[in-house]
Amino acid sequence: MKGEIVKKKVKTIKVNLDKCNGCRACEMACSAFHAEPKYSSINPARSRIRVVSDPLNDEYVPIRATDYTKAGCDGRRVYTINGKEYSECSFCGTICPTRNLFKDPDSGLPLKCDLCNNDPPLDEPMCVQVCSLDALTYEETEEEEIEELKLDDMEIGLKSLIDKYGLQKLADSFNRISQKG
Amino acid sequence: MRYAETGYNLEIDLSRGNIERVETDPKLMEQYLGGQGVAAKILWDRVPPDTDPFSPDNVLIFSAGLLHGTPVPGCNRTAVNTFSPQTNLFAHSLMGGFFGPELKHAGYDRIIITGKAPDLVYLWINNDKVEIRDATHLRGKGTHETARLIREELKEPFAQVAAIGLAGENRVYTASIEHGFSSAARGPGPVMGDKRLKAIAVRGTKDINIARPAELFELCVELRNKIAESNDVGDWMAVDEDDSFHHNHFAWGNARTRQKNYWSKELQERWTRWKYDNMDRQVGCYNCSKKCINVISWPGQKRFAYKCYGKDTYHMAAFKELDYSYQILGPAMEYGVDSYSTPQVLAFAIELYEAGILTDQDLPNFPSDSGERIRYLLEIVVRREGIGDILANGVYHAARQIGKGAEKYDHNTTKKFEQLPIKLGKLNPPYFLMIATGEKMAITQIEGSFPQDPLPTMEEREAFVKKWEVVLPDEKFKRYFLQWEKRHEISNEASCAITDWNEAMHYIDDSVGFCGFLSSFRGQFGGGVVYHINNMPEIISLATGMDLDKDGLWRIFQRNRNLVRALNVRRGLRREDERPPEDHWAVRDHEFEQKLLDDYYSFKGWTKDGIPTKETLDSLGLEYVSEDFLRRGILTGNEVTPSKETPAQKDEEPKSGGC
Repeated sequence: MKGEIVKKKVKTIKVNLDKCNGCRACEMACSAFHAEPKYSSINPARSRIRVVSDPLNDEYVPIRATDYTKAGCDGRRVYTINGKEYSECSFCGTICPTRNLFKDPDSGLPLKCDLCNNDPPLDEPMCVQVCSLDALTYEETEEEEIEELKLDDMEIGLKSLIDKYGLQKLADSFNRISQKG
Repeated sequence: MRYAETGYNLEIDLSRGNIERVETDPKLMEQYLGGQGVAAKILWDRVPPDTDPFSPDNVLIFSAGLLHGTPVPGCNRTAVNTFSPQTNLFAHSLMGGFFGPELKHAGYDRIIITGKAPDLVYLWINNDKVEIRDATHLRGKGTHETARLIREELKEPFAQVAAIGLAGENRVYTASIEHGFSSAARGPGPVMGDKRLKAIAVRGTKDINIARPAELFELCVELRNKIAESNDVGDWMAVDEDDSFHHNHFAWGNARTRQKNYWSKELQERWTRWKYDNMDRQVGCYNCSKKCINVISWPGQKRFAYKCYGKDTYHMAAFKELDYSYQILGPAMEYGVDSYSTPQVLAFAIELYEAGILTDQDLPNFPSDSGERIRYLLEIVVRREGIGDILANGVYHAARQIGKGAEKYDHNTTKKFEQLPIKLGKLNPPYFLMIATGEKMAITQIEGSFPQDPLPTMEEREAFVKKWEVVLPDEKFKRYFLQWEKRHEISNEASCAITDWNEAMHYIDDSVGFCGFLSSFRGQFGGGVVYHINNMPEIISLATGMDLDKDGLWRIFQRNRNLVRALNVRRGLRREDERPPEDHWAVRDHEFEQKLLDDYYSFKGWTKDGIPTKETLDSLGLEYVSEDFLRRGILTGNEVTPSKETPAQKDEEPKSGGC
């Protein structure tokens, strides 16, 4: 199954670690923007971006909450960049059970970055807007890609039943069940 | 619901191990804002004037500023207040970083610590869960090492830690409290050590609510852009490598020797190379885009950081170059000592040795090189070893304990505290007033809105005052500055008003939490600050919901100022203590200075002895202070409030005296 060629908007937040001064304005602004009503409360613990920092290692890494996972990885890789050691967790935005990050402090539910999805849309996500040092910058690019026709959940289920029992057997069962009402 | 503030204090009694979360009276914010203002009120209520600073009854308060944790950029200075063992007066101390905002998010506006723990402990504040934990395994550990170990054992990398090092544990009077790359000096370090409190770790995940959120956020976008774009705020010393100002004009050694032609192009190039070849980055404090803190990895040393004039004090005490400071700042940060006052104490000891007052018996194997000597002395002072035990009490006390003529080497203290090593020719009248009457012990904490010196030409002055259009409390300051030709020639009327304005901005900053580099300290250089008396009321109102205008804010400054004065008056501070170092200026005129002091006291509504009158106190809602003063006989009730002499107040009906 092949789809059509479509144009897609790709939104990217670029992070320049050398420019970060560790001030955490991004966290403050993220929590304000996502408060209900908007800006009514401030709480970096609710932010979907956090500056992972270790000043004595000169480590300042703003990371953005991405996907939720039920299981943590072993997280054992250590990267050395310009003589400084970074744990791989320092760069990872996955909301995982092995660390207390990107979880709502009250409910424990995952907090995922939505790039400040808003109506009307913002020019730039809020964390980028408040980063005066340009450690965070925003880029929108258009990319062409072939849109894959995705199967929905029921189709996936039916297809696996066909693979297992054959189309005829499935059709018979379907007719029988529907006649029973 | 409380806006901007949390409405709760955390009360810790280290003697009994008692921990309480106590709701506060909302009126405190309306009267004193927060931070140091409210801390002064608590110290007034709870610490009787005869309390020894090293008594369990002394109170140590860590305060978040009123606007910490709001979107207001650059609002992050934490106030630490108590009574200082060195001065026996109110200790004014501030640190930047992240501590205050984190405390607010944990649900507290301040931590009030009383008592004394039986052995070394640390405090762990994790939202509503607060524990006093054993810290005996951290004994003798450096300040940063302590923070690292605590984060590890709590498994809480986001905890903010403030800790004392060896110096604080040993109650060295110049000990500091270190938090990240920020540090709180001038008194609370030794008190924290006396209470056997090694550190405080705090983690908070609660909301701070804003009264008028959308409007405040929008205003903060504007303020943030101004902070980022303006060269009139932040620490210019982080980017300007020409530091001829301090090196040519400040005195080296024990605030003694000026080297007027020290600075050279060649030296600047060498020092710039040392800095940039070894600097990892420049960092800032919570929610501020400025990069005031230089982080350095010097070969053979652990990573350390400094800001502003902090890089100069050790090598100027030792007559060395910048590389010397780069070798000693890291260890000094781990020991936790104030880089302003400590090097002066050490240089004072070298002078005593050279004068034969301290001998080889006091200083066995004392090296001959001045740099080696400073290191040697630092080691014995932080450990209180041998003569170090006496030197650890600061220049004033050490001089008197050593005797044998050592007193005359104590030439640079005021109110028993080491002053910046400035030795000038002719008197600068506003500076005479600020150093004499200031109660924050360091001139950097008092000066700042009005320039230090006149500008040579009228064109330059006019260009300067243009930036004042928005920041001025009153048009008269323009006139004062435009007419100012020679440093020592300025009217008493102007000197009084200038001192008042300079003080006002600091008192507001210290209760709201604004950084002086965006506000109170910075206006003197460049004139265009981001936070000033004309925009602060709106910012505070939007965040707190309080109805506040410029006059109202100025009144709170006056209330806080008089309350701090009252705390010290009640502990014995009088006119005779208000004396800048004798040699601060070469040319002195006793009669002129005393008249100036008279005029200032009268401007402030204080008696000839520097005591706020009943009328002054009562007009600011400080009746509880005047009642206390009458009861103790500090005021008799017959004082006449001196007539006000400033033009702004001339139109007012003269009020009858205090009775």
